[in-house]
Amino acid sequence: MDDALKAPSRRAFLKGSAAAVAGSVAAGAAVAAEPDPLITELQDWASSLGEGVDETPYGLPIKYEDDVVRRNVPWLTADPISSINFTPIHALDGTITPQGCAFERHHSGAIELSKPDYRLMINGLVDQELVFTYADLERFPRENHVYFCECAANTGMEWAGAQLNGVQFTHGMIHNMEYTGVSLRTLLNEAGLGAAGDLKDKWVYVEGADASSNGRSIPMEKALDDVLVAFKANGEALRKEHGYPVRLVVPGWEGNMWVKWLRRIEVTDMAVESREETSKYTDVLADGIARKWTWVMDAKSVITSPSPQSPITHGPGPMVISGLAWSGHGQITRVDVSKDGGMTWETARLGRQGDTKALTRFYLDTEWDGQEMLLQARAMDETGYVQPTKAQLREVRGENSIYHNNCIQTWHVKTNGEAENVEVS
Amino acid sequence: MSKFLKVTAAALVLGSPALAEEKFGLGRPALPEEVAAWNKDVLPDGRGIPEGRGDVFTGEEVFAEQCAVCHGDFAEGVDNWPVLAGGFDTLGDKDPVKTVGSYWPHLSTVWDYVNRSMPFGAAQTLSPDDVYAITAYILYSNDLVDDDFELSHENFADFEMYNKDGFIIDDRAETEYTIWSGEPCMENCKDEVKITMRASVVDVTPEEADEGADGAMQGHSEGTVEVAATEQAAEPEAEVVETAAVAVDPELAAAGEKVFRKCKSCHQIGEGAKNRSGPQLNGVMGRTFGAVEDFKYSKVFNAAAEEGRVWDDESMSAFLAKPKGYLKGTKMGFGGLKKEDDIAAVIAYLRSASE
Repeated sequence: MDDALKAPSRRAFLKGSAAAVAGSVAAGAAVAAEPDPLITELQDWASSLGEGVDETPYGLPIKYEDDVVRRNVPWLTADPISSINFTPIHALDGTITPQGCAFERHHSGAIELSKPDYRLMINGLVDQELVFTYADLERFPRENHVYFCECAANTGMEWAGAQLNGVQFTHGMIHNMEYTGVSLRTLLNEAGLGAAGDLKDKWVYVEGADASSNGRSIPMEKALDDVLVAFKANGEALRKEHGYPVRLVVPGWEGNMWVKWLRRIEVTDMAVESREETSKYTDVLADGIARKWTWVMDAKSVITSPSPQSPITHGPGPMVISGLAWSGHGQITRVDVSKDGGMTWETARLGRQGDTKALTRFYLDTEWDGQEMLLQARAMDETGYVQPTKAQLREVRGENSIYHNNCIQTWHVKTNGEAENVEVS
Repeated sequence: MSKFLKVTAAALVLGSPALAEEKFGLGRPALPEEVAAWNKDVLPDGRGIPEGRGDVFTGEEVFAEQCAVCHGDFAEGVDNWPVLAGGFDTLGDKDPVKTVGSYWPHLSTVWDYVNRSMPFGAAQTLSPDDVYAITAYILYSNDLVDDDFELSHENFADFEMYNKDGFIIDDRAETEYTIWSGEPCMENCKDEVKITMRASVVDVTPEEADEGADGAMQGHSEGTVEVAATEQAAEPEAEVVETAAVAVDPELAAAGEKVFRKCKSCHQIGEGAKNRSGPQLNGVMGRTFGAVEDFKYSKVFNAAAEEGRVWDDESMSAFLAKPKGYLKGTKMGFGGLKKEDDIAAVIAYLRSASE
């Protein structure tokens, strides 16, 4: 490691953290020199009254947490209407993403479509073309499932090299919610698939109601497997920005297919080859040939803390290294963590056994010796797949890809607790 | 497609016992008119395309009116907006230029996307003939057809795109999954590790991250929210003064609203209008140039602001007729309104919508 490199960051919060490290080091074995006034003096909140009920009919997090918000990277896109922002995963724990800070990606802005105005059409190669209202959907048998939704472009800016200094920006195009909805299989059965004949070469084209008319072709096999027509997330109605009142959930597959404001499901005998499945969401290899229909999100993991936006703020001693792992192929079975850039690894503890195609939280409860670390995480899923390094990905795909970058991420943690996004040999 | 048929459970479903599930009798039959209104996608073999025709010459005009503000007069792309032309034989280079000409494998995708999703902010307002014409012009701007080319439902399905053979179906199962599996290395996996690249050197992380985290470390400030609210409250007052002075013809304003669709992809006006690629336009008439807070104007606009130049009928007409001619160096990519009637209508709309 090159300690001679000048300190790269002029970030105030990192200065703050460095000071905190110094403070705790000076305090040594945590013996208080003087009584703590927060304990010995009467505090206002312990004497006067707080807010009554109904002060906030629908609550937001307390003001002290107001930096835990979605952020965007303005230079990425021409306009915020057709753009993306990022989940503050550096500040979250557990696995469920609150809707209010779950990343957004719109192609023509987030529309306001009411339940009374909502219609869902099934057309094409079905026995009876149908129209459903929102109320109709609520009368079908419902299912609950937790799934991650990851944009195929998550970590895409890192193909060429370490670019963005924060796990929110490198890995924040992801969220994980508990969905309530009707299985797409149930709705297709309601319209009847007899007219489609042999289902093996049939497709379902799904389309949104917004001005982008975003549409994707899904092979019938997946459509009849685990796709959900969802109207609730984390127990409450979907947020406007996530497709209120109804969105599609396509477990384990790239987020672009999770069509929001879902208005139409068409059974076809070929893929539509829409703009979003030809000019976008295809992967140019080194020789200029592109992969298409790369739907599944492969196993991936990242350490969320410590990370550039979540530095170590204490001195040497006990610490928790924590992160997220997920796989579009099923369950996460194991996550290994390295502190030395991949020379040696130790197996982390899973917060609990992950659901299939959902985020899994991992922890490495460890001791920090106060020295530099090159932190990495490496996920394995139930198929035996091992998350690759960036070098391995580049060897197969070249450097011109945008989507499906599931490489092992490295954070360089310095002696003062700051962390930086780096690439290592 | 057999690669995703290997999952046995799902194959059973395809074997169709699940399809014998009982029906619930919910929903109602879709009427033919309803299906026709929404079922607009066009398949690669041309199925689904409506009858119509458009030539390159017409397409150039329609493109200039409807598309050039973002995509450039020659489909070269303004700012970060997509480049539609060129980039041939760059797909194997570092930073390939993926355009309609160099990359898109099917013509149906172009027609379908223009028809259903464009223009940005006024989707599904183009006639089929206009969509044929725009598509023909995009092909022409890519040197894929001559200037006398006409595209119609008759020759549509025969057209082959340059990169039609440039795609393979996902082969990760063979090229990646077999390699990246098994028991991974746990010890002595490398002899040494060196840092080869640092994000701080590139330095492209948004600054807001600093400010937000700053707030958290230094204690919360409630002042910011209040200041913003005051500024917004002050805005409508200025508008009232302006609109009171000039009576607006409602019919003219209504016509202007239609013309304003061309402006909507970059400008907002009315209640809650925000800055986008262009500044919000509430109260623009009667205001000095470059006066919207928090909008990053071009140099020429800032200079005009310092001179105290004001938007009135004369200056706005001249600007809308030829933006780059009137204010050389403006970031506004719009080519200008050709008809004087349209200009007068838009000005009337700018006044009425600010009310």
